[in-house]
Amino acid sequence: MPGDFTRADVERIARLARLELTEQEKALITPQLSNFLAYAEQVQTVDTSGVPPTSHPLGTLGAWREDTPRPSLPRDQALSQAPEADRSAGLFKVPRVLG
Amino acid sequence: MTLDTAAEIRTAVRQGQVSAVEVCEAALARVRATDGALHAFHAVAAEQALASAAALDAERRSDPEAADRPLFGVPVALKDNFCTREIRTTACSKILEHYTPPYDATVVERLRAAGAVIIGKTNCDEFAMGSSTENSAFGVTRNPWALDRTPGGSSGGSAAAVAARMVPLAFGSDTGGSIRQPAALCGVVGLKPTYGRVSRYGLLAFASSLDQIGPIATTVADAALALQVIAGADPRDATCVTTAVDDYAAALTGEIRGMRVGVPWALMRDGVDAEIRTAFERAIDTLREQGATIVEIDLPHSAQAIPVYYLIANAEASSNLARYDGVRYGYRTPDAQTLSEMYDRTRDRGFGAEVKRRILLGTYVLSAGYYDAYYLKAQQVRTLIRRDYETALQSVDLVAMPTSPTPAFTLGERTNDPLQMYLADVFTVAVNLAGLPGISIPCGFTANRLPCSLQLIGRAMDEATVLRAADAFERATTFARERPASVEGETIGR
Repeated sequence: MPGDFTRADVERIARLARLELTEQEKALITPQLSNFLAYAEQVQTVDTSGVPPTSHPLGTLGAWREDTPRPSLPRDQALSQAPEADRSAGLFKVPRVLG
Repeated sequence: MTLDTAAEIRTAVRQGQVSAVEVCEAALARVRATDGALHAFHAVAAEQALASAAALDAERRSDPEAADRPLFGVPVALKDNFCTREIRTTACSKILEHYTPPYDATVVERLRAAGAVIIGKTNCDEFAMGSSTENSAFGVTRNPWALDRTPGGSSGGSAAAVAARMVPLAFGSDTGGSIRQPAALCGVVGLKPTYGRVSRYGLLAFASSLDQIGPIATTVADAALALQVIAGADPRDATCVTTAVDDYAAALTGEIRGMRVGVPWALMRDGVDAEIRTAFERAIDTLREQGATIVEIDLPHSAQAIPVYYLIANAEASSNLARYDGVRYGYRTPDAQTLSEMYDRTRDRGFGAEVKRRILLGTYVLSAGYYDAYYLKAQQVRTLIRRDYETALQSVDLVAMPTSPTPAFTLGERTNDPLQMYLADVFTVAVNLAGLPGISIPCGFTANRLPCSLQLIGRAMDEATVLRAADAFERATTFARERPASVEGETIGR
């Protein structure tokens, strides 16, 4: 259950969130998140038995449309903002994945 | 004439009293003269603005009817989280510092089609996360009413630009109050439409079940005009509803006799600044004098709105911001050896402190073992908050409360305590959780001349009633016509 939020929790969720935090950041963020979670504990006092969760505030499923193929962003435009790309091959480039 | 209202500018341009280029030049001159002190704009797109104004003038010369478009020649500013083709769009984050979108947001397309001239992109809290614009990676914005204070946030630049009369109309996004609260703190009109009323295609997503785009203006009539242009179905945003768009100008009859307005007095028991309360009570008296019936209503679950909002909004943010990974766009750290290291370091260096805090909190409440206790629970309490409003709005036409519990606060005053900053969102976040339309309009001033604001909340898709009451209030009072002391009317053209 919620309550004891520690630096180890920050390290665990930083891995999940793909954030390389500095030691200084971890030290700052741990009490801040802990404070917020202690404050947010109050929602536990509300009786929600049988209450459905809200995902869309108006309760609608949104608009439907036909699944018609149509042109999307041209590849050269999609690549135009990439930090690194091989434009002639039409690929985004990333650092080595395998050793 | 001045740059005060879109309606006035549109008429003058249509009648040929002034050209679109002259209006654009006046707006740009005003930005140059005032924005050094305020920093409402993150980027001014002077060249593109002048080119599109010139194109409008040419169009009008060859076809006078072209000038009948609703925002013909009107200079507008856009919060920097709206994608604008060929104009840099950063969400005021280092991670998007050099990003230039290859496409326009639907709202931007509609504004261009209506004849609006985009002057530039306004400063905001990074990814719209904040209530003071102090979380921008590119410096703070100052409040035109008091330069040592914040304009509110997250759409603080848009509100400050309108308050300082650099543009008559600006646009923002409102996830938990980010249009209404800065409008309140800057003494202008801010409208958050119903969830789904306006397309979010091309808005950099923060919390997808809450985000909504809306206008900031000096008059309710201009806000109505702007909503008319941007509202309506969009096949590119599946959350955008297909309900027909009302005629908002026609709703502004000035007549609110018989309207029922509910006030949740219990929510105002603590924590509301005395001058804000006095201004609010006077505003309620004004509505009563105009023939509205005032009744007390109860919104018992709104006391939980802040924790529920921050649990849900941050969970959704952690998911939406996963896309910033240094691969397809935006910043990439130069010194990573592996893909994994590149992701982690890019995100740590690209995002600011508040954004990281929120991503971490959101990741935590969605993580295995905590989902039910936090996220699911919050979504259930959200249902109760929404039902309170639904019940109240069966017996009243509108709900009234202040927009912000305090006037504009001093720069730096709340930055060291994130929770204290969150608590000031007490009157705005529940409206997003319930998905309802809400407007913030000026309703008074404190002794040291800081704006106070009235918030009116309506039924889903009933912006017409919200606008009608707000417009009637504006006609009965003079607050919306007051300007910050630093602002003099800019004269345009001849």
